[in-house]
Amino acid sequence: MFRHDLANQRGVLRDGFRASSANADYIVALAGNPNTGKSTVFNHLTGLNQHTGNWAGKTVAQATGTYAHNGKRVLLVDLPGTYSLLSRSPEEEIARDFICFADPDATVVVTDATCLQRHLNLVLQVIEMTPRVVVCLNLIDEAKRKGIEVDCARLSERLGIPVVPTAARNGYGLERLKDCVEAVATGQLSPSPLEVRYPPTIERQIEAIEREIAPVLSGKLKPRWVALRLLDGDPSIVKSIERHLGVRMLDARKKVPA
Amino acid sequence: MPNSSVKREVAAGIDRIDIDCTAVVAADADSMTIEDTVKEHASTGRIEDEIVSAIYDHADAIATDVVLRHTRNRVDWDDRIDSILTSKAFGYPVMLLVLALVFWITISGANYPSALLSKLLFGFEDRLTELLLRLHSPEWLHGVLVLGMYRTLAWVVSVMLPPMAIFFPLFTFLEDLGYLPRVAFNLDHWFKRAGAHGKQALTMSMGFGCNAAGVIAARVIESPRERLIAILTNSFVPCNGRFPALIALAATFVGGMSASLSNLIASATVVGLVIIGILVTLLISLALSKTILKGVPSAFTLELPPYRKPQLGRIIVRSLLDRTLFVLKRAVIVALPAGAVTWVVANTYIGGTSVLDIASGWLDPIGRMIGLDGVILLAFILGLPANEIVIPIALMSYLSTGMMIELDSASAMHEVFVSKGWTLITALNFMLFSVLHFPCGTTLLTIKSETGSFKWAAVTAGITTLTAFVVCWLVAQTANLIGGLL
Repeated sequence: MFRHDLANQRGVLRDGFRASSANADYIVALAGNPNTGKSTVFNHLTGLNQHTGNWAGKTVAQATGTYAHNGKRVLLVDLPGTYSLLSRSPEEEIARDFICFADPDATVVVTDATCLQRHLNLVLQVIEMTPRVVVCLNLIDEAKRKGIEVDCARLSERLGIPVVPTAARNGYGLERLKDCVEAVATGQLSPSPLEVRYPPTIERQIEAIEREIAPVLSGKLKPRWVALRLLDGDPSIVKSIERHLGVRMLDARKKVPA
Repeated sequence: MPNSSVKREVAAGIDRIDIDCTAVVAADADSMTIEDTVKEHASTGRIEDEIVSAIYDHADAIATDVVLRHTRNRVDWDDRIDSILTSKAFGYPVMLLVLALVFWITISGANYPSALLSKLLFGFEDRLTELLLRLHSPEWLHGVLVLGMYRTLAWVVSVMLPPMAIFFPLFTFLEDLGYLPRVAFNLDHWFKRAGAHGKQALTMSMGFGCNAAGVIAARVIESPRERLIAILTNSFVPCNGRFPALIALAATFVGGMSASLSNLIASATVVGLVIIGILVTLLISLALSKTILKGVPSAFTLELPPYRKPQLGRIIVRSLLDRTLFVLKRAVIVALPAGAVTWVVANTYIGGTSVLDIASGWLDPIGRMIGLDGVILLAFILGLPANEIVIPIALMSYLSTGMMIELDSASAMHEVFVSKGWTLITALNFMLFSVLHFPCGTTLLTIKSETGSFKWAAVTAGITTLTAFVVCWLVAQTANLIGGLL
């Protein structure tokens, strides 16, 4: 069921969809680099049940759509195409904020099998934020044509999340993708993703900051990820946390005993 | 690579964090080292780089582990094709050829369905007249409804729909194929030299479809300065609403000079106008970035996506639903009231002269100065809601029949214009004015909503109109000079 009671905390990000999402069973975010066929996946899954508009307060186009699977209605939110989630542009900030604050039941990261390495960067960044991730390994047909073979089982094993090979243009693999998304969204499948380890000096700092901020976040965000963003010197994350979680980072942090 | 403006933003943001940090430090001495490290590293960007490179290394390691490449003497066709399409020698010629081909197909393909549609729609007009007569409707009602609204509608549909239905699928085909990013790649460094963003090449390309869409597309440019430049100069490339007029005039006044090569010459003329539009875009962008929108162009990485086999079904559905019907709907909504207003203005007499004639009489001296006349200027002003109706209004004024005349052939239009003193130079200036003048009402409103103020819409209208006047004046004076010498 759509969790109305939590909607408050999920904040403004979900507000925009409430009209269309009131009768959806899950909310699924669709992330990916530009030019991966993300829109093709989106169009194929939602067909003509689409709604386009703008992200609240931003001049960035937003598309949402629904599809039915095994008797459940799924609301699919097409996030802006981005190469990373480091909030260097309005698009990246929107994609990042949606994944961490709107708390989708699952996030699908569409990747391009013909240049996997570049696309794994985004996957690794997403799994730092949430474990409920499915990788859609798209353009598998094109990869084959180019003589590129991807060992999906091994990839899934290394990432610790499900990987579904697809060729969205002709619909190949999309049924399996829907099954996987459902399993992750319902919790039948709870992935335990790989944790990227950083050089020891950074790890020590992460640990220290993590300890300090964990109480403020009260389990809503992964402290490790927030610590990393603070280390990045990302100014927007503090603002976003304060706005969406309704806490004052600064005041709360003062209360932490030395 | 983070670009310079982003660096600035991040730097500005760090000040805020620094303030937060100081407060924390004062409250909690133990965290001092951490906060200090954060501050120090964030400002030098070293931690940021280390974090990013750790992610990249992981991605690398995993990809190497799971990806197997069969190296069986494969030719990378994408690279091969790109080495031609984006090369110094062939990049521009291929671009111009593709453009010319698109216009040629549009011009030659649209003639027949246009004639068919206009026959059909104007045939229906007689039925409408009969119906109104039978209902004993007053003459003015018949005038406003049939001679004003319906005729404008019929004109707009029959003239616009066929070229759109050909042009948009072709354009979408190029998009789907992956050619447009190559165009952007070719033009990128020109825009950078003009102090603008390379992605402006993309938003400009969108402008060929619809300037309002091009203005919205400028969202892909992150830096506000460069985004404004892209928005302000977008209407310098002709949109689909203006192509029919350009094509019709190019076909009759320029193409008409040679019967056998008519379509080719007409296509070349339209391509020439497009090139002029692009040059003016670059010049004005340069001028803006040197004056009111000063700054350094930011770097960006343009990824050339692989070529994809276009999906014909998708192209047709998307280009017809999203583009053709969208633009047509807009044109129809604007054309109906504009048709009614024009009819009323042309049929309201003050002292024996229609209001339309009085207004065009006032504008005549200004029009003559730039090689046009009062009627043409008035038509452009009345055509503000939609550029599609400029030619019909001009025709109506010339004939003073108080209604838009039926023109099932472009040569009839040509005859009317020639009898009113049009020369090759008049047609040329009309086309130039059409390419360079103020954007349509929808585009101006879009600029207002995208920039959040009327100011930038007004600035756009000012810059474009001034440019159009200057260019047309120069052409008219040069033509006079040459004419005088001969």
